[in-house]
Amino acid sequence: MAPVTQLEIEIREKRYPQVGLAPAHLALRELRMSLRGSEFACVLGPSGCGKTTLLHCIAGLDESFQGRITLPSGRAGPRPVIGYVFQNPRLLPWRTVVENIELVLSPGQTRSGLVDELLAATGLEAFRHAYPGRLSLGLERRVALVRAFAVQPDLLLLDEPFVSLDEPTAQRLRLLLLQIWRDRPTTVIFVTHDLREAIQLADRIVLLSPAPGTVLAEIPVAIARSERREVAVVEGFRNKLIRENPALYREL
Amino acid sequence: MATRSSVLIQTLSLVALLALWQLAAMLADSRVLPPPLAVLEVLIAGFEDGEVPYHIGITLARVAASFVLAMAIGVAVGIVMGRSKGVDRFFDGWLVLFLNVPALVTIILCYVWFGLVEAAAIAAVAINKIPNVIVTVREGARSLNPDYQEMAQSFQLGRAKTLRHVVLPQLFPFIAAAARSGLALIWKIVLVVELLGRSNGVGFQLYTFFQLFDVTSIFAYTLAFVAVVQMIELAVLQPLEAKANRWRR
Repeated sequence: MAPVTQLEIEIREKRYPQVGLAPAHLALRELRMSLRGSEFACVLGPSGCGKTTLLHCIAGLDESFQGRITLPSGRAGPRPVIGYVFQNPRLLPWRTVVENIELVLSPGQTRSGLVDELLAATGLEAFRHAYPGRLSLGLERRVALVRAFAVQPDLLLLDEPFVSLDEPTAQRLRLLLLQIWRDRPTTVIFVTHDLREAIQLADRIVLLSPAPGTVLAEIPVAIARSERREVAVVEGFRNKLIRENPALYREL
Repeated sequence: MATRSSVLIQTLSLVALLALWQLAAMLADSRVLPPPLAVLEVLIAGFEDGEVPYHIGITLARVAASFVLAMAIGVAVGIVMGRSKGVDRFFDGWLVLFLNVPALVTIILCYVWFGLVEAAAIAAVAINKIPNVIVTVREGARSLNPDYQEMAQSFQLGRAKTLRHVVLPQLFPFIAAAARSGLALIWKIVLVVELLGRSNGVGFQLYTFFQLFDVTSIFAYTLAFVAVVQMIELAVLQPLEAKANRWRR
């Protein structure tokens, strides 16, 4: 199967205007990248380099940038379906777990049984009817993952979805993400500032500069995912990358 | 939950109030301060001949109509003003004006312009209430969480679903506050409207008794009215609010 380009990003400039005492801020400049269908890309960069801004531009939450973003055409319609996992889970506290998920679905998806499958795969069945306020952060993040996969996205955007979790929990969720993605492949942009996390997850790492963010390097991770469970493999690759790309060490 | 001692205290307090009333009536020994039992007798007689339920029913219907009207318009305008800075700036002056127009002026103008008809009475009450609803709901609409808005937008929920499941639940505490203070205000204004331009309802009855100096009947209607208002609060408003807040910890 020939790799088809799915997503084309060309942002010449994204600038935040001055608001009150906050000065104007140039967030992104000359940022170009493209993704193939079902590719898992990690966008890696230091805090404040414009990673979240980039995702907002892609998702259509922010349209005030100069440049062009060509989204993949959707399987279900002209507009692609986007699944978004935000930095904070953003579950509606007045809806139960399953109600939060069903809210974002089309009527056909609600009946498909996909939600049940995903809840089972993520160990959330016992919490279907719980309100988010009663869940731990780790559980809330799982629900946010399930919600994003449940819409059967043509494009999945994840914004540091596992920060501020303890490492074992974060690790479990990474493996869970890979497992769900393997079963339901889709194009993924995963934003992180953690190089180890990026190595573990990505087909390709896109390294951004500090603000204004631009692409410094694109690094394919050519290691079978089964081998990446070994800490030594990840560490070895990481050390090699840092030797080859001094920018990585400076910025992360 | 009410504990047994708090129920006891509340009962004692009620009994004390009644005793105080009885004592005052005995000391005054006057037609204009009747004792509790006399009021009770008039109240029972009023229920038996159907007068009290009829007039309270009419008043309740007016309260309901103007309440629904004021809430519907106030919530809609409040959301728009809270979400759009331009609209807010344009109409803010109008709002300040209407907030400060005395209720009596609105009532008189409505009767003068539209005649002594039911629609004018209900409109007058609603117009008095709408600015308060707008101000409260606008506050809520200004403080909507942008995180949820972005979630709704990125998942392409669409306008109707976003309004119903994302926006309105966030506004609920504000709408509930507007509803409560709204009812409290509307009860009172409806009586004035009835007194000035209707020929039935509690307000009309009170006016009639005032002309006759029949304080016993005034007390009887007041007690019946207060009881009905309390019943609505306990049987309708509080359960509704508890249901809407069940997700809170």
